[in-house]
Amino acid sequence: MADVIVDESSFVRAAGRQLIIYGLITLFGFTAIMFMLDAMASLVGTDTGSSRAIDAEKSTITLLLKEEPPQLDSTKATDQVSGQILGHVMEGLLRQDAQQKIQAAVAEKWDITPEGATFHLRADARWSDGKPVTAHDFVFAWRTVVNPATASEYAFIMYFVKNAEAINQGKLPTTELGATAVDDRTLKVMFERPLTFFDKVVTFKTFLPIREDFYQQTNGRYGADAEEMLYNGPFSITSWVHGASLKVEKNQHYWRRDEIRLNNINWAYITSDASASFNFFKDGKIAAASLSPDTLSNALEQRWHIKQFQDGGVFFLEFNHRPDRLTRNLNLRRAMQLVTDPNELVNKVTKLPGYLVGDSLFPGYLDGVKDKFKTEKPPKKIVRDIEAARRHLELAKQELGLEKIPPLTLLSTEDPISNVQAEYYQAVFRDTLGLEIKIDKQIFKQRLAKMTAGEFDLVSAGWGPDYEDLLTFGDLFASWNLNNRGRYASDEYDRQVRIAQSSTDQAERVEAFARMQDLIIDDAVILFNYERGASYVTHPQLKGVIRRVIGSDPDYTYAWIDEGQG
Amino acid sequence: MLRYTFYRLLQGLITVWFIATATFAAMHMIPGDPLTSERAMTPEIRANLEAKYGLDKPVGEQYLIYLKNIATGDFGISFTQKNREVNDIIREHFPVSATLGLLAILFAATGGVLFGALTALFRNRMPDYAIMFLVILGISVPGFVVAALGQLSLVNINETLGFTLLPVGGWGTVSNMILPALVLGLGTMAYLTRLMRSSMLEIVNSDFIRTARAKGLPATRVFSKHQLRNASLPVITVLGPAIAGITTGGFVVEYVFAIPGLGRYFVQAVQQTDYTMIMGTTVFYGAFLVFMVIAVDLVYGLIDPRVRLK
Amino acid sequence: MTASVRPLSAADLTPVYHEQVREVLTRPSLSYWQDAWIRLKANRRALVSLWIVIGLLVFTVFGPFVWRVDPAAQDLDQISQPPGVDRTAWIVTPLPIWNGETQGEGSGTGLRAFGDPDTQAIRLRWDPAPEATGGYRIYRNIFPIGPERAYGLPLVMSRNEIWYEDRLDLRPRTYYYSVLPLNELGEHSGEAQIVELEARRVITVDEARKRGLLALDHIPVNGETVKLKLHPLGTDYLGRDMLARLMYGARVSLFIGIVAPLLYVLFGILYGATAGFIGGVLDAVMMRFADFVVALPFLLFMILFKFIFQVSAGESGIMPMLVALVILSWPATSRLVRGQILQIREEGYIGASKLLGAKTRYLILRHMIPNTMGVILVTLTFAVPSAIFTEAFLSFIGMGVAPPTPSWGSMCNEGIKTMLTTPHELVFPALLISITVLAFNLLGDGLRDALDARMRSRE
Repeated sequence: MADVIVDESSFVRAAGRQLIIYGLITLFGFTAIMFMLDAMASLVGTDTGSSRAIDAEKSTITLLLKEEPPQLDSTKATDQVSGQILGHVMEGLLRQDAQQKIQAAVAEKWDITPEGATFHLRADARWSDGKPVTAHDFVFAWRTVVNPATASEYAFIMYFVKNAEAINQGKLPTTELGATAVDDRTLKVMFERPLTFFDKVVTFKTFLPIREDFYQQTNGRYGADAEEMLYNGPFSITSWVHGASLKVEKNQHYWRRDEIRLNNINWAYITSDASASFNFFKDGKIAAASLSPDTLSNALEQRWHIKQFQDGGVFFLEFNHRPDRLTRNLNLRRAMQLVTDPNELVNKVTKLPGYLVGDSLFPGYLDGVKDKFKTEKPPKKIVRDIEAARRHLELAKQELGLEKIPPLTLLSTEDPISNVQAEYYQAVFRDTLGLEIKIDKQIFKQRLAKMTAGEFDLVSAGWGPDYEDLLTFGDLFASWNLNNRGRYASDEYDRQVRIAQSSTDQAERVEAFARMQDLIIDDAVILFNYERGASYVTHPQLKGVIRRVIGSDPDYTYAWIDEGQG
Repeated sequence: MLRYTFYRLLQGLITVWFIATATFAAMHMIPGDPLTSERAMTPEIRANLEAKYGLDKPVGEQYLIYLKNIATGDFGISFTQKNREVNDIIREHFPVSATLGLLAILFAATGGVLFGALTALFRNRMPDYAIMFLVILGISVPGFVVAALGQLSLVNINETLGFTLLPVGGWGTVSNMILPALVLGLGTMAYLTRLMRSSMLEIVNSDFIRTARAKGLPATRVFSKHQLRNASLPVITVLGPAIAGITTGGFVVEYVFAIPGLGRYFVQAVQQTDYTMIMGTTVFYGAFLVFMVIAVDLVYGLIDPRVRLK
Repeated sequence: MTASVRPLSAADLTPVYHEQVREVLTRPSLSYWQDAWIRLKANRRALVSLWIVIGLLVFTVFGPFVWRVDPAAQDLDQISQPPGVDRTAWIVTPLPIWNGETQGEGSGTGLRAFGDPDTQAIRLRWDPAPEATGGYRIYRNIFPIGPERAYGLPLVMSRNEIWYEDRLDLRPRTYYYSVLPLNELGEHSGEAQIVELEARRVITVDEARKRGLLALDHIPVNGETVKLKLHPLGTDYLGRDMLARLMYGARVSLFIGIVAPLLYVLFGILYGATAGFIGGVLDAVMMRFADFVVALPFLLFMILFKFIFQVSAGESGIMPMLVALVILSWPATSRLVRGQILQIREEGYIGASKLLGAKTRYLILRHMIPNTMGVILVTLTFAVPSAIFTEAFLSFIGMGVAPPTPSWGSMCNEGIKTMLTTPHELVFPALLISITVLAFNLLGDGLRDALDARMRSRE
């Protein structure tokens, strides 16, 4: 039916023009709204538009934080980011230098015996309000840590100190803690058991001092904001906008202030997205960035100088040794142990530089007696032997009285690398032993709940050190350790742990650890994966950045800007 | 009108109460709780923590205590952001998400209406195909790919130009908002374009348009006053929930551009089973959504005289 | 004057016959639905979408019979390989881990390879440097080392021996190795020794036999090559064939991507139509319930559903996922439909129809729903990719398909991680998703054109 009266195409043209006019009006309107929003937005958030990665005149660097530190109360802090910030704004009795050697910090002299330690504090250690740091500050902080009312998750690290465990369990009052202030500048510590490495333990953030009068007047808000803290470290926090940024500036009361060469550090971005981090670095907005597998090749293309360090984590697959699980059978575990090849896993599957092939529970960077532990006591080599594995599998079937092993559950995490691994192992066990592995993907708290409840046959697990001694890994599989999720229990292993805990002879302890290392392999307690490494880049003008396995990492307190570089 | 608004607000309150109850129940039914941690806790420490946070009480009692607290506006302290109150977190970070979301919706709505009208006008010709191709591409590509690619392109542009055209991330000035809002609004813009096109095509053939043109009204008047306005009605219906959806779903963009919005905290809260944060943000978002729907319904009733509000 | 009136006779009252031209029907009368069907069949867009859908179905159903490759088979020698790469590999004996013995090797200076560099291992030796008081650091780059001295990836941070075996992710390409001496502080203390090596692709005898590339009784001679398995669309991050994974993944993705949206849109239509048409208190209650469902935190309830449906570990829980997806997605459609219904309810023809005695059911089905088709179809089109990506997300949190079962959405998720280095892992699944969306888009267009009452008997 003939319809339109008006010429169609001219209508369309007219309408089109109208649309364009509307488009321009809205564009104009947007610009107006933008400026209005500008005023609103700058109320929250910081002006990051003009900041550069390196500002040489002001000696300032801009960086990125992976996460917001939930709070900076050293008695309760558990995560790595809090540790990093605390390492910049607070200082404990001792510190580690660029070569990870123990150096004097608040304590200028100290004597350590197997029974206890005495620390002599320096006179010029001051808080950011000018008052001196005293031994009472340490005593108060430590008592707060072990106080059951604080419910500190890291209280266990203080169990080296006499009575700490009993106090934490509510059996003794906090005044019984084996740490006393003899006078303002002398701190005496008594150990629970004979101990040789307390100097390494005491650098941990849980041992930082807190001044009692300040703590009380914050009314429970200590560590929640920049004003609710006193600082005795190289820097003090000037601005903390939650979720957005954190700025620190050189602390003028710090006793080593002449050695600190940066004036300001500005963590202007907070995000855990790896490619965002890469983009900020490329855009010249931050002075350091971690590299993820995808951004590594881009970094190569950009001709950046890539750096690497072992971040200390050891990763493995843990068996469930509980009596109701098939994996309690040693032959079954041995069969699975003999078909795994961590070399293939690291070189072909994970394929990230810096990942060392896993061959032991203990990582390569820990010391033995005189040299590295694994150099002095190399672990037994496990050689892939599929025929032998099949024989062990047959034995296992006989012992368990089964025709065929039913599917086993591998509990994997939300971490993408762990998922790739899980799929790889699923194929390996299926192809070599005909075992069916079901991958149980759980996330976050649900995974932790399942791990604690023991609802798995195998689980992707890892462990990072709390202090720089082999014991932090060794006691992981002691039968009383709650972190022993697989509930492996061996009297022999427990015996060795007790020796390592109580002996003061390093050679004797190293023997015990070597024995533990053998037991882990002989009993096929876990399947080794790798020791993790991390790659990162820093601005060519930024020097002196320290990476650490334990403690404040990355550490910029010794960093400086070298204007000579491109 | 006033009575209607009052009734809607009352209904909204009841809805929010239901939302809160359902979320509370769901939260306590799933395995894991805020105190489950990577490093195992001794039973004593766990008991201490539970007592401190009131988690040792029976669930029913916790629920009543919680309701009482909400009535006084106290959402409690977050389990993950250990010393911050949930109120403070919402107060400080919601405006950021809201600004971002609002801007994204503005982009989406205007873009959607304009492009949709364009495709309807030039139906089956070049602009139609071009825009529809972009629309399909836009919805077939997942959100964080768009965000990541957007940020990467900006970095390359900045590099080629030699100066910073737009900041690559962060928050604080107007220029920080442009790219994230664009990325965030893209999906909705594609949807609205499509919706608008479909709506326009229906209207184009309808009787009142023919009448208007037969009357001799100028083309522009017919177009803007009758066609455009009527075709926008479905778009407005969708706008209410879209605003709420974009504001709550912006967490991908917040991660990629390092924006301190509430979305990140919400996702983290569910990941960590942070009871107080989950409840606080859910109740807040629920109230926000309900309010948006009411507002849209009111506006819709005002615009379209045929829709009588009962 | 007198008129002469002739008396009426019967002949006067006989009716006048005239030719009656009756209207003749030139074509059969069509009902609304019959007319729509005819127009749909003729619509070009709908036809194209039909071909696309048929293509996808053939791909999904018959593809695995044509391309018989196990989607879970891992080919670790061809990880993340894009299509079209040269697959020739020399056969070699497996090399045990090197312990540095260098017998049987000629002399040379500087950084040099020991033996032939290939994808199994690259063995390096170099000259000791006196300034290397802290050992050596070895770097590997895939780009030549220019004046900016970007040596590339550090393979080993510090090492005292003057030999090294590299097995990390070796590809058949050119590598540039650098060895730098370090001082005690771990800083570069001297000049780098650099070498450029070409790694050739190799495969060990056992692997070749295992993969069926070499007959079991055939003893390979030196220099013999085989062609590794063909992967027409490349491989993923564990060396699995992309084409096979796409075929198997189609089943899950198309099932969820089509069935879920159909279900929840259908439910949304009925719900919204009822609420909009009936109005009053029922409308208010129904819409408030819809608001309630939308405001629930999605992730939390997904975790809850997973727990409730007791998806046992490692099983693919497709049905629970479908249910969960439908339960949480219907409100948007219902609101949209209700809005349209409210508009249409006041139209003239509804009133006319009612006057003619139409029942509620007839009004809803014959008048209202076809007129909301435009909006419904748009929602449906957008629901398809949304469902596919939500399915990917759910698989990520452990609900949905369990590894190694693939699905397009989870393949996209994985592909995103290496988007810049191996784009093919993302592009192929994304392309297939785009094609599916396109098909539904065109179908939606065609359907809308066909069902539009105003275009009836036109075109």
